[in-house]
Amino acid sequence: MLAEKYPEEVKKIFAKYPPEQKRSAVMPLLYLAQRDEGFVTKAALEDIAQMLDITSTDVAEIVGFYTLYHDEKAGKYRMQVCTDLPCALRGADKFLEELCGNLGVKVGETTPDGMVTVEAVMCLAGCDKAPMFQIQSPDGIAYHENMTVDKTMELVAALRKSGKEV
Amino acid sequence: MAHLLLRHRDIPDIGKMDVYKKNGGFEAFKKAVTRMKPQEVTEAVKASGLRGRGGAGFPTGVKWGFIPKDIWPHYVVANADESEPGTFKDREIMESNPFQFLEGVAIAAYATGANAAYIYLRGEFWPVAAILDEKIADMEKAGFLGDKLFGTDFSLRIYTHLGAGAYICGEETALLESIEGKRGLPRIRPPFPAIYGLYGKPTVVNNVETLTNVPLIIEKGSDWYKSLGTADSAGVKIFSLSGRVNQPGNYELPFGTTFRELIYNYGGGIIDGRPIKAIMAAGASSTMIVADDNALDTPMDYASVRTLGADLGSASVIVIDDTISLEWVISKTLHFFKHESCGKCTPCREGTYWLLHLIERIEHGEATKENVELLHTVAKQIQNKCLCPLGEFSTMAVTTAIERFPADFKPSRAGGKHG
Repeated sequence: MLAEKYPEEVKKIFAKYPPEQKRSAVMPLLYLAQRDEGFVTKAALEDIAQMLDITSTDVAEIVGFYTLYHDEKAGKYRMQVCTDLPCALRGADKFLEELCGNLGVKVGETTPDGMVTVEAVMCLAGCDKAPMFQIQSPDGIAYHENMTVDKTMELVAALRKSGKEV
Repeated sequence: MAHLLLRHRDIPDIGKMDVYKKNGGFEAFKKAVTRMKPQEVTEAVKASGLRGRGGAGFPTGVKWGFIPKDIWPHYVVANADESEPGTFKDREIMESNPFQFLEGVAIAAYATGANAAYIYLRGEFWPVAAILDEKIADMEKAGFLGDKLFGTDFSLRIYTHLGAGAYICGEETALLESIEGKRGLPRIRPPFPAIYGLYGKPTVVNNVETLTNVPLIIEKGSDWYKSLGTADSAGVKIFSLSGRVNQPGNYELPFGTTFRELIYNYGGGIIDGRPIKAIMAAGASSTMIVADDNALDTPMDYASVRTLGADLGSASVIVIDDTISLEWVISKTLHFFKHESCGKCTPCREGTYWLLHLIERIEHGEATKENVELLHTVAKQIQNKCLCPLGEFSTMAVTTAIERFPADFKPSRAGGKHG
């Protein structure tokens, strides 16, 4: 239960919105719910619905609509490479293809060790620093810009090392 | 000229409270709250000629003036969704010159009588939201946010709200739905947000760059601001330059700078010295400008860009050279719009689906001449029929690429089998 697990953060989230508008808290609460598993569990849907006096379907439709919420487990780190027009004009498609080759996965797949899922995503507002991607991990999002395949493989090695210690 | 918006490029550490204050920070907010009536602030912004920097170019002061005095409370919402492919200016402002933006939010709130303001950031800006949360806390500590500011009755709080990956939430009514904890589906307008906005209350929604201009106008005056730029486009603009140029990036320049200056002087010209072919001036939502001498010498202001059959929009200039086929370009933009269509209205939901199918057929060499015509016809049929601009945006590159660059869509090239 989020309220028991993260009481301070839940309190802070609710304080942002007028008391009669607590449904507004659904998006920040979903980020909190993803923190442990990297995706929103059925139990979390029910939990959030009860906190906000809405149905679990209301919560599920938010998970379905917004791309940064997930209802299935994937790699610990989601590597989301922008392949939209401005990045693609600077080699993003080739970068993604070579990266996938190096990691031995196709777009959308997870490395066998369960660490990295490679995804192609829409514009991330990093057009002048392509190729670029973001890494969505359970506790946040970080940008990596002006990347090469070599630099990315070094990053993956570092993530694998640190991820195992967790 | 020193930067007015990207001030961190001249003054390192302007993102720190003491440095910002030392450079005149929060003087404009103090002046507004202690020496001006809200109406006077709105009038000053009106007189400055400031227009919305998110893409629509609507006069900011006029927008503020729409807020009624008989429905309360009021809200200010900063649109920090920045999701247009090719746009990356608001991010730089918020990361590096956050206080000037936040001061703009505060002044807008005072002018419109709002005691609460929300900053809606796209979910990918998670680290940017963390920066803003820290700066908001700094402002509370310094007495620039909270109750009874500067000894007056004016109180204000600013909150960040993270989206979660949906281009449509840059559309202001979809954005408001999203803050309310719903899917980001645009509302039918009217009523406009100025009357029925966040939680059904009067709301001003302004882009980050727009708000970042406001402290300057209050501090230095409307006449000074109007003296920058051109007659119909006052002030400076941050141009996000991307694509096939040597030095992509944000360039803060007066309105009226030509495409040639931006691309060749600031952007360092085209990669490998290739000839330039096309320009998209407003990100993926652009018509396709034929990059001839006339276009390159056109000043980048709202009125002049319109003479090219294009719009300046958010000034996200994507440069395309002669190595690129426009058929591939619109396949990229259509993938984007098909993915981002919210599904609420039929012309956009179904239209983007069929446009994508057709362009994929053309790309895979399975097209006939009729397929190219059909692509154009379907795009035309979407126009003027959608609830919000997204559907319209999805068609602009399609129709104009086919009309202005027909050679890129010859069936012989698109689909050898049918050539």
